[in-house]
Formats: sequence, C-alpha cells, structure tokens
Amino acid sequence: MEYILNPWPWYITGPLIAFVMALLLYFGKTFGMSSNLRTMCSIAGAGKHINFFKMKWRDQLWNLTVVLGAIIGGFIATQYLSNDAITSLNPETVSELQQMGFKDAGATLVPNEIFDLENLSLRSLLLLVIGGLLVGFGTRYAGGCTSGHAITGLSSLQKPSLIAVIGFFIGGLIMTNLLLPLIFN
Amino acid sequence: MKYLKFLLVGIFFGIVLVKSEAVSWYRIYEMFRFQSFHMYGIIGTAIATGILFLQISKKGYVKSIKGADIFVPKKDSGFIRYIAGGIIFGFGWALIGACPGPMYILLGTGVLSMLIVIAAALLGTFIYGVLKDKLPH
Repeated sequence: MEYILNPWPWYITGPLIAFVMALLLYFGKTFGMSSNLRTMCSIAGAGKHINFFKMKWRDQLWNLTVVLGAIIGGFIATQYLSNDAITSLNPETVSELQQMGFKDAGATLVPNEIFDLENLSLRSLLLLVIGGLLVGFGTRYAGGCTSGHAITGLSSLQKPSLIAVIGFFIGGLIMTNLLLPLIFN
Repeated sequence: MKYLKFLLVGIFFGIVLVKSEAVSWYRIYEMFRFQSFHMYGIIGTAIATGILFLQISKKGYVKSIKGADIFVPKKDSGFIRYIAGGIIFGFGWALIGACPGPMYILLGTGVLSMLIVIAAALLGTFIYGVLKDKLPH
C-alpha cells in the first residue's frame, strides 16, 4: 500500500501518461486538454460574434467529460491515495525558493504565497490572472499544450510540435530564471 | 454511457498526474532551473512510450475500438505561431506552474484559486479568437 500512497516514480508515470494518450486514440479521439477552453468559450456563446468559436461543440463533449474526470481524479488522488509525503525537491531548489519568500517548498502542491485564497494579495491575484491569460492565449496560438504538442505531437514525430515545445521551454526558462526572481525578491 | 469511458480516462489521468507530482508548481520550477531529472524523466518516458505505441499501431497491430487505423491528426505547417504561441504559453506555465490539464486536476485537489486561473485562461483563449486573423501564423 505504501507504494500507492507515496509519490510514484517518473519511470512509472511517464508511460502511464502515454497510456492515456493511447486510450483516447483507441477510442477514436485525440489527447489534447487545451481544446476544452475553446469549447467552453463556444458554449458560452462566443460563436455568435467570432468565427473561431463557431463550432459544433457537442462533438467535444467527450473532452469536457475527460476534464470532469480529471477534477474527480485530482480529488481521489489527494483524499484517498496519498500520505503526508513531501515532494522530494532538490535541497538547492528549496533554499533558493526560501530566499525568494516561499516557505515550506514541497509541503503542498502549489505555494500558498501565490494560491492561498484566504490571504490573496493584489500581487497574487495579478499573477493568477496574468498566468491564466498567457496560458489560454499561448496554447491556442500555438495550437496545443503539453498534452497536444509535447506528448501527442512529439510521439507522432511532428515538426510543428517540436517547434512549439522549444517555445514552451524558451518561455518557461525566461520566466523561471529571469522574471520570477524579479517578481519575488 | 458512451461518456463513461471518457470519465474514467479523465479520472485515471488526474490520479496519475497528482501521483507523479507533475501538477506541483515546485516541480515545474525545479525543471526550469535544471535542478532535477524528475520532470524530464516523466516527459521523456511518456514520449518514448508514445512513439513505441504509434510505431506499433502504424504497422497495423493496434486498431481503434471501431476497427479503424489509429489516427493522429497532423498539425498545420508553420513556424511563427508555434514558436511565438509556445513562448507565451511557456511564460504562463512557469508562472502558475500549471498547464491546461493540471489546472483542472489541481482544482480537484482543493486549490480553489485555480478557478481564477481557468477563468483567465478562458479569457485568453477568447482574446486569441478575436485577434486570430490579425496575428502572424
């Protein structure tokens, strides 16, 4: 049981993520989580004014069902399949983050310094909104996210996905190494 | 009933991503600081397994549930949209430590502030839809 309750090693979870992709392909669909954002815009009525959102969103309900499942899966994993194990981060990462004002790095999945709703500062609110905007805009501009490009696109050896993933890393490296130290100093 | 299998796939996906710690903001930070192999291990083995699966299915050993060939849609060719969109996405990914799958999964783990992120991501997608024809692709 400890094997289940402790964090799972990368060499188990990586192939399991590929299994998710394979299952969806087996069901005649594609693994791509970001499409759901477009679908939700369309359901909310964005297609009345903007062509990009004119689509048969009913054909995408299967993917929204995957989203619903993912939310439930997150709940099950933390409520029933986890112990108090702390994320075993590199000690260097922990001390670096401490200097930037992040206490208890790894004790939770996300830092309270940004995500705690009860003590939400204006800065945290701005970061959440800006982060969400960048992800939502960027993923549609690039035509996919980590699941659509990094997993599905690279597994099927597609060049556009390689370019997108290189972009993901350029952006991520700049944010983490140059911008985050400025935001949290 | 036809949606039940997708619900189960989603639940499985959510559990795997939590147990792998790929939904951890700290793991994403650590990855972009090159201070751990963990995330590279996950992404690397996922892609390696995916390539293997698609090569086997290409040979016709695996068929879809309806008996058709396994089919992965081709992305449009292009460069600017992938590199520019990718960089913008990367900024957001490293800032909030979550991409469009983990956003929902983290909500399920009890991080309610993800609702703000999801709302903003919807707005970001909407803005793309508005600007689409003016952007270089």
